[in-house]
Amino acid sequence: MRSYAAQRAGLAIVQLAVLSVLVFVLTSLLPGDAADLRFTETLTPSQVAALRAELGLDQPPVERFVHWLGNVVTGDLGTSLISGGPVADIVRNSIGATLVLTLATLAIVVPLAVALGIVMGTRENGRVDRTITSITLALSAIPDFVIAVVLVAVFSLKLGWLPATWIGGNLLSSPALLILPIAVLFGRTVCLLSRQVRAGTVAALNAEYVTQARRLGVPRRQLLLRHVLPNAAVPGVQELARTGDTLLGGVLVVEAIFAIPGFATALVDGVETRDIPTVQGLTLVLAIAALLINLAADLVCNRLVPRTEALR
Amino acid sequence: MWRVSEALGRRGFLGMAGVAGLAAITGCGADGGAAAQPTQGGRLRAVYAGGGAKEVLDPHVQSLFVDIARHKAIYEKLVELGPDLKPVPRLASKWEHDGTATTWRFSLRDATFHDGAKLVAEDVLYSIARIVDPAVPERVAQSSLATLDLKRSKAIGPATVELVLTQANAEFPALLAGIGTQIVRNGFKDPAKPVGTGAFRYVSFEAGRSMVASRYDGYWDGPARIEELHVLSADSEARANAVQGGQAEYANDMTATFARTAEAGKTVRIVAAKASTMQAFVMKVDRPPFDNPDVRLAFKLVADRQRLVDVVLAGRGEVGNDLFGKGYQYYPADLPARERDVDQARSLLKKAGLAGKEVEIFTADASAGFVEAATLFAEQVAEAGVRLKVTTGSPQTYAKDLLTKGVIGNHRSGAMPIPQYVTDRLLSHSPFNVTHWRRPAFDTAFAAARAVTSEDERSAKYGVLQKTVRDEGGILAWGLPDYLIAVSSKLQGVQAVPPNTLDQGRFDKVWLA
Repeated sequence: MRSYAAQRAGLAIVQLAVLSVLVFVLTSLLPGDAADLRFTETLTPSQVAALRAELGLDQPPVERFVHWLGNVVTGDLGTSLISGGPVADIVRNSIGATLVLTLATLAIVVPLAVALGIVMGTRENGRVDRTITSITLALSAIPDFVIAVVLVAVFSLKLGWLPATWIGGNLLSSPALLILPIAVLFGRTVCLLSRQVRAGTVAALNAEYVTQARRLGVPRRQLLLRHVLPNAAVPGVQELARTGDTLLGGVLVVEAIFAIPGFATALVDGVETRDIPTVQGLTLVLAIAALLINLAADLVCNRLVPRTEALR
Repeated sequence: MWRVSEALGRRGFLGMAGVAGLAAITGCGADGGAAAQPTQGGRLRAVYAGGGAKEVLDPHVQSLFVDIARHKAIYEKLVELGPDLKPVPRLASKWEHDGTATTWRFSLRDATFHDGAKLVAEDVLYSIARIVDPAVPERVAQSSLATLDLKRSKAIGPATVELVLTQANAEFPALLAGIGTQIVRNGFKDPAKPVGTGAFRYVSFEAGRSMVASRYDGYWDGPARIEELHVLSADSEARANAVQGGQAEYANDMTATFARTAEAGKTVRIVAAKASTMQAFVMKVDRPPFDNPDVRLAFKLVADRQRLVDVVLAGRGEVGNDLFGKGYQYYPADLPARERDVDQARSLLKKAGLAGKEVEIFTADASAGFVEAATLFAEQVAEAGVRLKVTTGSPQTYAKDLLTKGVIGNHRSGAMPIPQYVTDRLLSHSPFNVTHWRRPAFDTAFAAARAVTSEDERSAKYGVLQKTVRDEGGILAWGLPDYLIAVSSKLQGVQAVPPNTLDQGRFDKVWLA
């Protein structure tokens, strides 16, 4: 187990290093730099050139990357080329909203998807299974922004029940701000997750050990909870780790539509303004989160069904 | 020797004329609430297009509309621009020059900063020195105030400041009304602690999200009616939802599509500053085929301007006459409107050997309607026998790319005084000379006109220069879009005026009914 953890940690460092290089190179390849995009048509070209020198963008790319890397190793994410403030502040100010949104969505989606998956799996191809499948598939097939626009039009603009945007809003004083964004993210994730749990349930129900347990007269409830569910959950948990990516895509759209000052918004702003240190800082934090989530998923699977360790 | 500038001498009259003239153009002065009795108090939430980490508190580094609105609440300039883009007094109650428009004296108003200090000449000198400090390249007004001679500029008394220029410029007051020219306190160092003379006191700021300010009771122009001001950031979809859903009372820069939807309902009203910006195609006059004046004229003749306005601007605008600044001071309104003439265009293009040839138009999704306009224009040019191939570039860097790339492209300009537009875009060394219009004789004539102290004479000289640009230049100004603001039905007193003018995004005179 210890060598497994060491191996995973070593791999993670390599992955982060490769990712940092890729993000730096790709962002640098975009047309224009932060000096061009900090002001558009308000500074003269000579002012822009002076600004470029001030920001150090006239230095060779390799030098800039090494400088950034040196800082990161000492725990300093660097300075934003646009705001002039620490990148760590941008991370800190934007992570809260996204984290609350994501966790709240997962808190609703996970139990529901597991329940739906089991219901569908135990009634394979039955009427209930087909109905739930149709609904969740339909939900996941509609693009996020369409769901968002329809929900806003109905619940905010027409009925006036829920706030249409987070503009000027405060999550602590008005938790209702979360309802519509979560509803949009829900459609995207619940289908994938429940389908995986369903598949796991079907596979487990058809496994020989379950047939044997049935033959031995294990009560249905115990059979489901003790034998089927842990096995069925493995693809679900692994899917959950991947849901992070799906959610990020969704959060991007949701943050834009509801004007949520979150991580995705900060990342898009960073890319649009060629604020390389900010983009690198944000992706680094995201990548570490993704690695940790995947590691946690592996460990959970390992605990649910110990043999999966051998599959690493 | 000292002469009161004409702008000021006729201030009373012009103030009226400005409003009346605008009302005539727009068909509406102060919107809706003219009859309603103003009320006190309440919180106003105004939403602007956001700039994320680009948003700043330092007024001398402003570049976005959201920054400008925030800074306008807290800080003020010596001079502002009226609805016709003509300078109007603000912190300077009046100004005069030495007869040659080289040395200028500004009398300061009896205004008080939020920290209780009186506005004095040293504040002005400090502010200007801060703006032009070459060590900080991002102070936006640096290039427009480059002709200021700081060493010879001085305080004449606590309430009078003398500013000296290295070359005569009758437009100097307008330069002090440009963006990034706010007056800060002498010794102002920390932009995160804003202290101005404006109608609102700073409360809090988060870049990319909001600025909160509260009413300043000591404001020289009478305290604001609203109690608390929130200037928020959001993209256009969220702005639309916020103002319709009651989460904001003012949404800046809305689309024509939204305006149509909003006008069908009852909760939101559209305040339109008619024809107050410009959409154009710009041709580079030094590159083939547009180095041939016949080709430039042919393209101007082939444009179906009304159709471009109807389709691209959804009808919310007027047709342009290949000139910037309709309705502004110095605009030569007597020039006839350019009519479409496909036959003449075809023969000119044939004469230039361009019949059946292909020309590339370089566009990008950098501003609303750019790609649509280029695509529709390609169809119109085809009628005269030339294929216009549409190629698209990167939206974020388009404005900069167009300075050097392509032969014809899209251009949009917000409101600014006409002489400033010429200085920025039509002189040999203009930083944004996108048409490559470089004529030493034009430069000299413009510099001479700008030094003329008689407004009528100056106006006549500018008129001649503008006619030359219209007939021979590379600007095909096809449309003058309306500038659209959506306001909640509760909000009264919002003026329909062009962006970058005094009464636009000004929240001390509005009230919540």
